Amino acid sequence: MSIIYFLIGCSILLALIFLGAFFWAQRNGQNDDLYTPSVRILLDDDAPEAKK
Amino acid sequence: MAIDTLTPTTCYHCGNECADGSFELDEKSFCCTGCKQVYSILSTNGLCNYYSYNDHPGANRARTEKRFEYLDNDAIIRELIDYADKDKTVVRLYIPYIHCSSCIWLLEQIHKINPAIYYCRVDFIKKQVNIRFDNQKISLREVVELMADIGYEPLISLHDVVKDQVLGKKDNLVKKIAVAGFCFGNVMLLSFPEYFGLSGYEQTFRHFFGWLNILFSVPVLLYSGSGYFVSAWQNLRNKVLNIDFPLALGIAILFIRTVVEILTHIGAGFADTLCGLVFFLLVGKFVQQKTYYHLSFERDYRSFFPVAVQAINEGKETPLPLSELKVGQRIRIRHNEIIPADAILLKGDARIDFSFVTGESIPVSKTLGEVVYAGGRQMGEAIELDVIKPVSQSYLTQLWNNEAFTRQQDNRMRTFNERVSKHFTVILLLIAFGALFYWLPTNAGRGVAAFTAVLIVACPCALALSTPFTMSAALGVFDRNLFYLKNTAVVEQLARIDTIVLDKTGTITVGGSSGITLHARLSTYQKQLVHSVCSNSGHPLSRQICELLSEYQRLPVTSYHEHPGSGITAYTDGHFVGIGSGEFINTDKAYSQKETATRVHLKIDDEYVGYISFEQSYREGLKEITGLNDRYKIYLLSGDNDHEREALLPYFKESGYMQFNTSPQQKLDFVKSLQLAGRKVMMMGDGLNDSGALKQSDLSVAVTDNVNNFSPGSDAILDGRSLSKLPQFLKFSKNTVSIIHASFLISLAYNLFGLSFAVTGKLSPLLAAILMPLSTATIISFTSIATHLAANRRKLL
Repeated sequence: MSIIYFLIGCSILLALIFLGAFFWAQRNGQNDDLYTPSVRILLDDDAPEAKK
Repeated sequence: MAIDTLTPTTCYHCGNECADGSFELDEKSFCCTGCKQVYSILSTNGLCNYYSYNDHPGANRARTEKRFEYLDNDAIIRELIDYADKDKTVVRLYIPYIHCSSCIWLLEQIHKINPAIYYCRVDFIKKQVNIRFDNQKISLREVVELMADIGYEPLISLHDVVKDQVLGKKDNLVKKIAVAGFCFGNVMLLSFPEYFGLSGYEQTFRHFFGWLNILFSVPVLLYSGSGYFVSAWQNLRNKVLNIDFPLALGIAILFIRTVVEILTHIGAGFADTLCGLVFFLLVGKFVQQKTYYHLSFERDYRSFFPVAVQAINEGKETPLPLSELKVGQRIRIRHNEIIPADAILLKGDARIDFSFVTGESIPVSKTLGEVVYAGGRQMGEAIELDVIKPVSQSYLTQLWNNEAFTRQQDNRMRTFNERVSKHFTVILLLIAFGALFYWLPTNAGRGVAAFTAVLIVACPCALALSTPFTMSAALGVFDRNLFYLKNTAVVEQLARIDTIVLDKTGTITVGGSSGITLHARLSTYQKQLVHSVCSNSGHPLSRQICELLSEYQRLPVTSYHEHPGSGITAYTDGHFVGIGSGEFINTDKAYSQKETATRVHLKIDDEYVGYISFEQSYREGLKEITGLNDRYKIYLLSGDNDHEREALLPYFKESGYMQFNTSPQQKLDFVKSLQLAGRKVMMMGDGLNDSGALKQSDLSVAVTDNVNNFSPGSDAILDGRSLSKLPQFLKFSKNTVSIIHASFLISLAYNLFGLSFAVTGKLSPLLAAILMPLSTATIISFTSIATHLAANRRKLL
């Protein structure tokens, strides 16, 4: 049953990595603007044919 | 698009109607040179996709003045930019016009027009662009001018409110929640084995899990929960018992007891209750912090005054920062610029729009030598003025020197939470010590256990959550009805109001030209005659008549005479046309009716044909508001003269409830006198002249037609269209307060249930772990459902 020690260690480590990733994203400003990217993704990079 | 088929000649850029087809390019018609110019810039840079994402995305460019000379001034540049080194500058600009996906696309492609700008990111909600550019190749002024050229003129004001919004606070809270949530999840996982029972050979894990639990509790206590200790300590020093004190006490006791139990092997401790408690409390705090990025509640005159003004020194014009403006300085104010200080008119035709100040949008004419007060916007040609008072001492701006603006907001009403938590804390401590001393003589250990258990189980988590969740739900309901509150405490203040003070112009009246009516039967030809004559005049009333008759063609006008203060005469197409006041037109008919509103009489070929009246039209909601007369005292304050007293009388109880000719200072004093008489005053205003009264009042509401436009600093911003819903808003706010009371009773019931176990000293960690989330879930669901039902009942959904 001592495998539990190892498994719990792994799970905590994994959780810590995710927490770290969240902190990084937060500091990086990824959550500052939650609206504009949803519009931006719909815009094309290069010239689509003009409408009409 | 339907618009396109109905009126084929709309401007390709802005969608306005094209008056004549003289502006054409690439088989596209434009309404003015400005719009055409923008199109040509975009088409030469291959940016015509701008027009394919939305129809007519552009701003009308009929008026294009560039006046960014002040952006060459180093001192001003330093104020504006975020960061600069020797070849790179980072700046954030506020662009009010951003409104659609085309805007985002174009602004983010701006590097195609000028490669010196190498980064441009739009934040749509905040209407901001973050720009990085090479300052060796392009100056800030050129960047701003380029943006103005393509129709996105940044708004640069003396006090950049948009930039002042503090993001850091909320950001920090998110991190605290993340840590608390992380620890909560892990601790729960590690606590489950204990709750389900460990068999003999698994007992070795108990110690291991216990240690891990302590380890996870430490960051929750020291990082996530630190705010509660700081707040509780500060409040204790100020001799105030607020809700943070029992919360901090509960958190501390939970931690200490957990550590002691685990170290002495007497139990499993309350680590999961601790983490869960802090996590839910922080979530409650987060919910409470609603931010409207597109609104600003802290505006004062600095938010809309320009950064610099054109000063005239020895015949030369130079931009001068407003802070360096001195008495006696000669300044030049061009079309659409704001007069920053009280000044005497020296040269030019002043037609000044005081809508920022009074809410009245019809421009006022000023004669040479007259004093022009700060805050007006020049609508005609450029004028020259002589400054007679420094910016901060002007008629309008000195209002901000009043003590109402300097003192802290401590006279605001205390919330239910604040009032109740004091008693709650005292009773809680009494019970805890009672249990301690009851058991102490017989069983010391049990006494301590009971003492700590009481503090743990009665920790007012549900109480602390009831207000934020109810209020944020209520805020959402108000928000949906175009009533934007600064924070959740405003809802409770709204419920306790008993006096409403209304400003007149702009608040209960609608600005603009909606009140013009033509009281004359004119043929199309006659309308053409009137339009032609009025189009020659710059008088505010003539301009409004022109707007009214704009669809009629103009005819050539000969021998045109303007008689200042009385009217105009002219010959048009061979007919005599007289337009002016009753005395000026001099006919019996013109006198026959009593003048209640401003009227302009018309005479064509010696025949009196009728008049055009300019009536103030009241907002739709006025009747509903005055329907509140039996429960609220409603006053009217107006800076205007009392010619509308008769018209307004039906809406108010009696003449005494209306005050006319009040100065900004008198408005403030009036609100103060009501407060001294023990009234809880809600002030509703719209202009800078109401700012003092708004600030002084217990609850200030700015009424505006467009929430993105200027509105004075206030607790809440109400869209003019929702004024009629005010009675519903007031009733709903009372309901939310009742909901908070009810949820307080529910949380009290949970507390009593838990206490009945706690006082005996036999509180199991499992019971605490179930009770805490259960009470939280009950409170959250109760408050949100009840708020929803209440909003439904008040027809606010």
